[in-house]
Amino acid sequence: MPIEIPTLNFIALAPPLIVIGTALLVLLFDLAVTDKRVLGYLGLVGVVIAAGVSIAMGPRPATTFQAMAISDGYALFFNLVFLATAGLSILIAIDYLERHDLQRGEYYALLLFSASGMMLMAAATDLIVVFLGLEIMSVALYILAGFNWRQLASAEAAMKYFILGAFASAFFLYGAALTYGATGTTNLNQIGLWLSGGNSDPMALVGLGLLLAGFAFKVAAVPFQWWTPDVYQGAPTSVTAFMSVGAKGAGFAALIRVLRSGFGDSAYSADWALAAAVLAVLTMTFGNLAALPQKDVKRMLGYSSIAHAGYILVGVAAASESGVRGVLFYLLAYAFMNVGAFAVASALERRGEFSTTQRDYAGLSQREPLLAVAMTVFMLSLTGMPPLVGFWGKLFVFRAAVEAGMSWLAIVGVINSAVSAFYYLGVVVQMYMRAPAEYSPRLVGEESDAKKPAAVNLEVAIGTAVLLAMLLTVVLGLWPGPVASLVTMMPLG
Amino acid sequence: MAQQLQQGLFLALAGVAVVAALGVIFNRNAVHSALSLLANFVALAMLYVLLNAQFIAIVQVAVYAGAIVVLFLFVVMLLGAGGEMQMGGWLNWRTAFIVAAALVLLTLTGTAVFEGTINGAIGTATPEQIAQVGQTEAVGTALFTDYLLPFELASVLLLVGMLGAVVLGQRWRGAIAGRPSGEAE
Repeated sequence: MPIEIPTLNFIALAPPLIVIGTALLVLLFDLAVTDKRVLGYLGLVGVVIAAGVSIAMGPRPATTFQAMAISDGYALFFNLVFLATAGLSILIAIDYLERHDLQRGEYYALLLFSASGMMLMAAATDLIVVFLGLEIMSVALYILAGFNWRQLASAEAAMKYFILGAFASAFFLYGAALTYGATGTTNLNQIGLWLSGGNSDPMALVGLGLLLAGFAFKVAAVPFQWWTPDVYQGAPTSVTAFMSVGAKGAGFAALIRVLRSGFGDSAYSADWALAAAVLAVLTMTFGNLAALPQKDVKRMLGYSSIAHAGYILVGVAAASESGVRGVLFYLLAYAFMNVGAFAVASALERRGEFSTTQRDYAGLSQREPLLAVAMTVFMLSLTGMPPLVGFWGKLFVFRAAVEAGMSWLAIVGVINSAVSAFYYLGVVVQMYMRAPAEYSPRLVGEESDAKKPAAVNLEVAIGTAVLLAMLLTVVLGLWPGPVASLVTMMPLG
Repeated sequence: MAQQLQQGLFLALAGVAVVAALGVIFNRNAVHSALSLLANFVALAMLYVLLNAQFIAIVQVAVYAGAIVVLFLFVVMLLGAGGEMQMGGWLNWRTAFIVAAALVLLTLTGTAVFEGTINGAIGTATPEQIAQVGQTEAVGTALFTDYLLPFELASVLLLVGMLGAVVLGQRWRGAIAGRPSGEAE
């Protein structure tokens, strides 16, 4: 029986395909190039090209591969979020890997593969493609988390992430299978059609619940967050920067499309909005309270990333167009401020260690005034201080909740933001109000040259990443208009 | 008559599958657990045959009963965990809670099934239609037309997996070579 190959719209998937192609090129050049930093810059070129193509394509929706995926404004906006994260993370990694003597070409290939998985998740309109994107992203991240073979903590992070991630994937698959059983299709729009036609089936409701649990694992929402602090702390800092934003963003990208295209106009739409609201409250509160006593900055940022997942869930719970727009803006803001914070953390990290404590930041304003200013900007933005981009993200998300009649949710969010100021400003206090020598017991017993304050390793690439992230955090905070109007032009196709 | 035969076969095979699944969990010997898993996979394959899905049944035997169980046994062999495992103290509040939650879920599922509220969409491909083109052809056609993108993405996923094996495998060689002299093993 001859098979007729249908017409395929490759162009619509150009950005992820370019990234996959670049990853393959990196693997090939890895055989010939001895200075692996070149591969990082090659990856960076691919990322920039993919971003350019995304912008050139514009928000006109175009389905591709028998309605398996779509290229709409929503997907393209997420492409920019993931590519910005990937680009900044590559810049961090080029110097970070060099200092820790971990420089290998496979790192950049895996990072690019992971980014392509994220982009596919945002573009997928079929549960099977969502799953494959999720796995491409996750498997690459499991390996990257264990990339630092000199640290046992890195292996532990990889193992924990892998086992719990596989568990989450099983949840997702079971949910997808039950949804397929109920609706007879894995296509999100078809699922939406079947459910909006007045049909209902308890299997679809159970499927929805399991899908929600699977995504909650990926975005680190309470009570599915237990892996987060250990993985974020143990993984190489350049990887943590990438996955804290990328994996979270991709999880939300697919979650929102599944909820809105698939289950948006169904008998269950009130159920998932309530579930998201409950998750949001638990996640915000737990993340912020757990971050308060942390002494290790990487671990603190790990818990704070849980809290940020909670704020974003507020936008999901609003279940409205403006909620989606708020999430889009928030994730772009989060990409710059959080990757920036991790960039500073990785710049302060000494060779042979995998993390930085609050003490490493003491007196940073005297040793490295520029780095201290950058870190202050990121911390204030993560808190949600007004002239910075983080403020606008929170404002849009909370406003959507108020518009949706969930004022209580917005109030919980604002209280949580106030709590978060304690631990974010703690770092700022260390940098500006503590002398470098005041904290040194940790260094006693180490070799003599280590007794000096931690040598700051601000190489060119990492410096560029810090500077870019800081500029965007400030500029988008002062002029949020262009992005805010861009977001309104990026509806779900 | 055929109907009753089919129902009887289904109940028998489902019973075998459930008992084998329990065997996977409760066996103290890892090899016995793997063999119970094999029995479970085979029973599942026969259930697929009952549903007129012979191709899936063969794939189930070849991939799961074949490759995956063999992989499990290899891992058991390499780790040398052939003997009895200590799994003492599984009877506590934690497991009691899990069992209770599972029973609640089972009751809910059972109620939904017997009350007839499970009324999902029914597929369009009838056994007669599939018999016209052949099962393998039907699966192959779907794979290369409607499901071409997942098919291609699966190859990217496999590549990432291979790359991971290379990275994590070489890691250990490097770790031994790069160990600072004088450090204890």
